[in-house]
Amino acid sequence: MTAKGGKAAEAGAAGGGAKGPKKLPMSELELMHPGHVGCLGCGACNAMRYALKATGPRTIISVPACCWAVMPGNFPNTCFNIPHINTAFEVTGASLSGIRAALDARGVKDVTVMGWAGDGGTADIGIQSLSGMVERGTRAIYVMYDNEAYMNTGIQRSSSTPVGAWTTTTPVGAIRDYKRAPKKNMVEIMVAHGIPYTATASIAWPKDLIEKVQKAMQVAGPSFIHVFAPCPTGWRYPPERTFEVARMATQSHMFPLYEVEHGVYKVKQVKKETPLKDYLAAQGRFRHLTEDEIATMQTNVDRWWRTLLARERATAELAPSP
Amino acid sequence: MKKVITGNYTASYAAKLCRAEVVPAYPITPQTSIVEKIAEFVSSGEMKAQYVKVESEHTAMAACISASYAGARTFTATSSHGLVLMHEMLHWAAGARTPVIMANVNRALAPPWSVWADHTDSISQRDTGWIQFYCESNQEVLDTIIMCYKVCEQPDILLPAMVNMDAFILSHTSEVVDVPTIEQVDAFLPRFEPEWKLDPDRPMSFGSLSPPASFYMEWRYGIQHAMDLAAKRFLDESRHFERHFGRPWGGLIEEYRASDADAVLVAMGTMASTAKEAVDQVRAKGRKVGLVRLKAFRPFPSKELREALKGAKAVGVMDRSHTFGHEGPLFSEVKAALYNAPKRPAMAGFTIGLGGRDILDSTVVGLFERLHGVAERGVTKEVEWIDLRGAEEEVAR
Repeated sequence: MTAKGGKAAEAGAAGGGAKGPKKLPMSELELMHPGHVGCLGCGACNAMRYALKATGPRTIISVPACCWAVMPGNFPNTCFNIPHINTAFEVTGASLSGIRAALDARGVKDVTVMGWAGDGGTADIGIQSLSGMVERGTRAIYVMYDNEAYMNTGIQRSSSTPVGAWTTTTPVGAIRDYKRAPKKNMVEIMVAHGIPYTATASIAWPKDLIEKVQKAMQVAGPSFIHVFAPCPTGWRYPPERTFEVARMATQSHMFPLYEVEHGVYKVKQVKKETPLKDYLAAQGRFRHLTEDEIATMQTNVDRWWRTLLARERATAELAPSP
Repeated sequence: MKKVITGNYTASYAAKLCRAEVVPAYPITPQTSIVEKIAEFVSSGEMKAQYVKVESEHTAMAACISASYAGARTFTATSSHGLVLMHEMLHWAAGARTPVIMANVNRALAPPWSVWADHTDSISQRDTGWIQFYCESNQEVLDTIIMCYKVCEQPDILLPAMVNMDAFILSHTSEVVDVPTIEQVDAFLPRFEPEWKLDPDRPMSFGSLSPPASFYMEWRYGIQHAMDLAAKRFLDESRHFERHFGRPWGGLIEEYRASDADAVLVAMGTMASTAKEAVDQVRAKGRKVGLVRLKAFRPFPSKELREALKGAKAVGVMDRSHTFGHEGPLFSEVKAALYNAPKRPAMAGFTIGLGGRDILDSTVVGLFERLHGVAERGVTKEVEWIDLRGAEEEVAR
């Protein structure tokens, strides 16, 4: 992939430039075929497609309860052309350790083991087995595709739901009962584990996402990628705006793209900046917020962005640990 | 080679001899020395296995299932709270048709805390689709684990199995165990090569959504069908086992002086050893009593029980667990098995030995006395709690 291609990828993902749609500079290999049953405009759908382009066919995927437990299609149909198991909600990390141990037992070295869980299955009910897997040092990629709520059960808040959001269990109502607690930061929790590689990624930057998955494949131990995957059904925006919403999330610094490799932070600078209020205004789930509430959120978003840049500076001189 | 080893170490040796390839394990009293010994075997290089140091029993079972899906022979061990924490994944293992083999040390559930023998942990996993055996000796622990791998990995069975032993009474008691060589076990037990597994060269999806009109019910019927087949297969393989190892493994039940008995007790696990002693004592006084020991709880040996109990006038069932609001679960199951028998004995249930409360031979002799009363006068009290500290109406206060 060339730098020029990279720009094309991002323009392509943004819905095409002035000269019409451009071909994405990514593998034409499709391991996720048409026929999935995800919602129109599902961000998690694209996340999977890109990730499998990155890993290639010698990949085993383990999927717990989440939207992707349903999306591959009803038995005996499947949209995957890779081996795939469904697992219980909270066991993705455990499952990855088990699959890798079996491959090791049989001397199979060339297979990528990837967990694919939602934010509820990762940040809430599955955090124990994820923590266990990372601490044990299982060689596997754990992807959390983040649609910021329990979307498969119909939009209930998770610990990854952002502050301010409406969900069916934070229904705003008369007492302004929107999501009050801050979004749990899984990447920082992974950093605290001393994980060799962790990153955030977004479907709006597919080349970046693919490169991060490929980097994770090279890691001798565990890796964790937090993929931003907007959900038109739950976030209350028209399905055709999924990539635009994803792009605005990063441009507003609500969802910064960064990676931490052996403790060294690297933040991706995107060209255009967007005020947080524009990102929020694009979605129905934030429409109840007052200007003051949005101003507070903007302050917190700016603080985290500055913190990340400071961490990048602070760790830049560190040699990657072995 | 004969060794003097505990029930726990026997389970560890069995896992090694069967060449378990993936062992996700978590410690819990009184199971811990099983997984410690396996860790020792692996670290010394004696056992070529991936020992996965998991952070809970729930994860241990989840890792076993995924490893089995990926085509490896798996083993784990647990007890009590560890087993009930696995509950969801026990259902998953059977549903996934992954032949995970597990040793469970039967221990009571809290509160109040108790680490002693009690069958509630495993009996309450009755409906998970696991084959369950209850052992009476350390030798039986070893032999049953070998038998479970042999039967459960067969392509038309593919069911998980739990081999139970009573806390401390077996787990921490040393007995003489005839331990075969690994070559002997190799010649009996082929390598695990499942027809369907996670394989990039032959990609497929496992466990996908199955709506009501699709295959869910058929998939469940498949588990029942495999259980029925397993009941027969254990008997077939028992003959092979005896020829190969030169000692019997027996069947799904064991009868002890029961064929001509008027009063028969039914029991599982180490209670049966005490009951055999009591049978001899009562027989010495000229009374015709006997014992039927259930080795298999699932598949439930209804046919064998009907045959073994057909001549009995009174049958008593010893339950080391209790279904609150009802009676001992084994009592219910044995009664149900005999309901359609041509001649039904009078039956009494004895809830006994919970939380490791000692079961003395004199206590069991007392149960036979009760059964004689039942045979002569009919059932006056269907369920009785044995050896409560005081009268039933007093201890509940």
